[in-house]
Amino acid sequence: MKRSLALACMLAASVAAGAREGAAPPQRLADTGLYRAGSMTEIRAGNLPFSPQYPLWSDGATKRRWLYLPPGTFIDASRPDAWEFPAGTKLWKEFSHGRRVETRLVERLDDGSWRFAAYVWNEAGTEAKLAPEAGIPALQVAGAPGGRYGVPGEADCRACHEGAAVPVLGVSALQLSPARDPLAPHAEPRKPGEVDLRDLVERGLLRNLPPEMLGSPPRIAAAAPAERTALGYLHGNCGHCHNDNGSPVPVDLVLWQKARENAKVLRSLLGAPSRYRAPGAPVASAVVEPGRPEASVLMARMRSRNPQIQMPPLGTAEPDNEALALVERWIRTQPQTRKEH
Amino acid sequence: MKKPGMALLALAAFLQSPLAASADTVARGKYLVTTSGCHDCHTPWKMGAAGPEPDMTRMLSGHPEKMELPAPPQPAGPWVMTAAATNTAWSGPWGVSFTANLTPDPETGLGKWTLRNFRDTIRTGRHMGRGRPVLPPMPIPAYKHFTDEDLEAIYAYLRTIPPVRNRVPEPLPPAQ
Repeated sequence: MKRSLALACMLAASVAAGAREGAAPPQRLADTGLYRAGSMTEIRAGNLPFSPQYPLWSDGATKRRWLYLPPGTFIDASRPDAWEFPAGTKLWKEFSHGRRVETRLVERLDDGSWRFAAYVWNEAGTEAKLAPEAGIPALQVAGAPGGRYGVPGEADCRACHEGAAVPVLGVSALQLSPARDPLAPHAEPRKPGEVDLRDLVERGLLRNLPPEMLGSPPRIAAAAPAERTALGYLHGNCGHCHNDNGSPVPVDLVLWQKARENAKVLRSLLGAPSRYRAPGAPVASAVVEPGRPEASVLMARMRSRNPQIQMPPLGTAEPDNEALALVERWIRTQPQTRKEH
Repeated sequence: MKKPGMALLALAAFLQSPLAASADTVARGKYLVTTSGCHDCHTPWKMGAAGPEPDMTRMLSGHPEKMELPAPPQPAGPWVMTAAATNTAWSGPWGVSFTANLTPDPETGLGKWTLRNFRDTIRTGRHMGRGRPVLPPMPIPAYKHFTDEDLEAIYAYLRTIPPVRNRVPEPLPPAQ
């Protein structure tokens, strides 16, 4: 066991690679502009709270998020699936397990590049400081599952965020659609003050959005409510790597929902051969075997937390049981003859 | 005299063309692959007349798909690793790892990988920079220091070698 741990540490050390790209972020969260001067609790006016309808599973952490756009700027939605954020854009996400543990910052710099940083809170909740570039693999946090919490390194941040067409994953037409999915796992009801697609347009902060997307807000087309929710969950948790419009991984699985069509998603799931072959399995299985969750690679990889098998490969040490039940239900109800062409 | 002059001009133009640069890059990649020990683990070894040697008919195609292996021995004391005779399967505290197929076969090798996929893998120690961790004994801590130009050259060379269809097994978890 000790040897396994030592090897795990060696692997973690080998994963932490490269120098931090671009200018160094501030050392203290207090200096990033999230809070009013002198406060670590009062959010500065102009930082807009929001919540995506299909949140990322983060081992049960409670999360809060804010968006900042510099005065006079706006998001250009001319490309509905790849919004253009202005230089100076900042997004924060706060993670709590009984107390605030970490706040992440994504920022667009003047040269158009993106900067990623993680800040770790002290136990008293009075200060949050910049985490090491390599992250912290196992921070002791009493309220986190197993008492351990992983702070991502900068390379981990880029691994997920830079796979999509735009590194901002939670602010998009689908994620902020007023037509929210009431069944989405771990989604909290929209709180007063949180902005959605309509608010951003009305405030002039989102421009050039195709008008029909407000008249008929984005909503995943699906045969049944459970299918809509399952596909939404896969979009929010897997689509940033499994897509066909960013820098996708070289597999045929597409889980990113485009604003106007999603036929590829079902086609790449139902009955589609998977390149993954479980150890000892003589033949490959389908990503989703309609009607047979026990034979579907998707379920096996979502359920596992063996680092060699688990999906997503980063950012989670605990399987998402609510999502597993949802996806299992959806697969079980699929007729075995269902194929999408 | 005129004709040789024209020929020299043509040669100079060729040497400056992307095609020539690409040939240089490929040659550099071959040099790096050869001197960095890639064949040691990614080309299966066989017993030759003079002892074990890499089987170049399966060059860089990784652990042979059809090779059947019993459960690895569990070494005691300070011994921690065991390798198969092919040098393509390694057992240790991480489980059993199998070396990857580096040939450009689209389904079982690196055929669909982009330069970015390859570079990110070596830089981060994760498949394509975002997938599962790359396991020992792959020397990521050393190779992550290759320059971008070196990694581009290695990638370019690997695109030129014969594709071998060989689906390397997934790694096995540690024995409980």
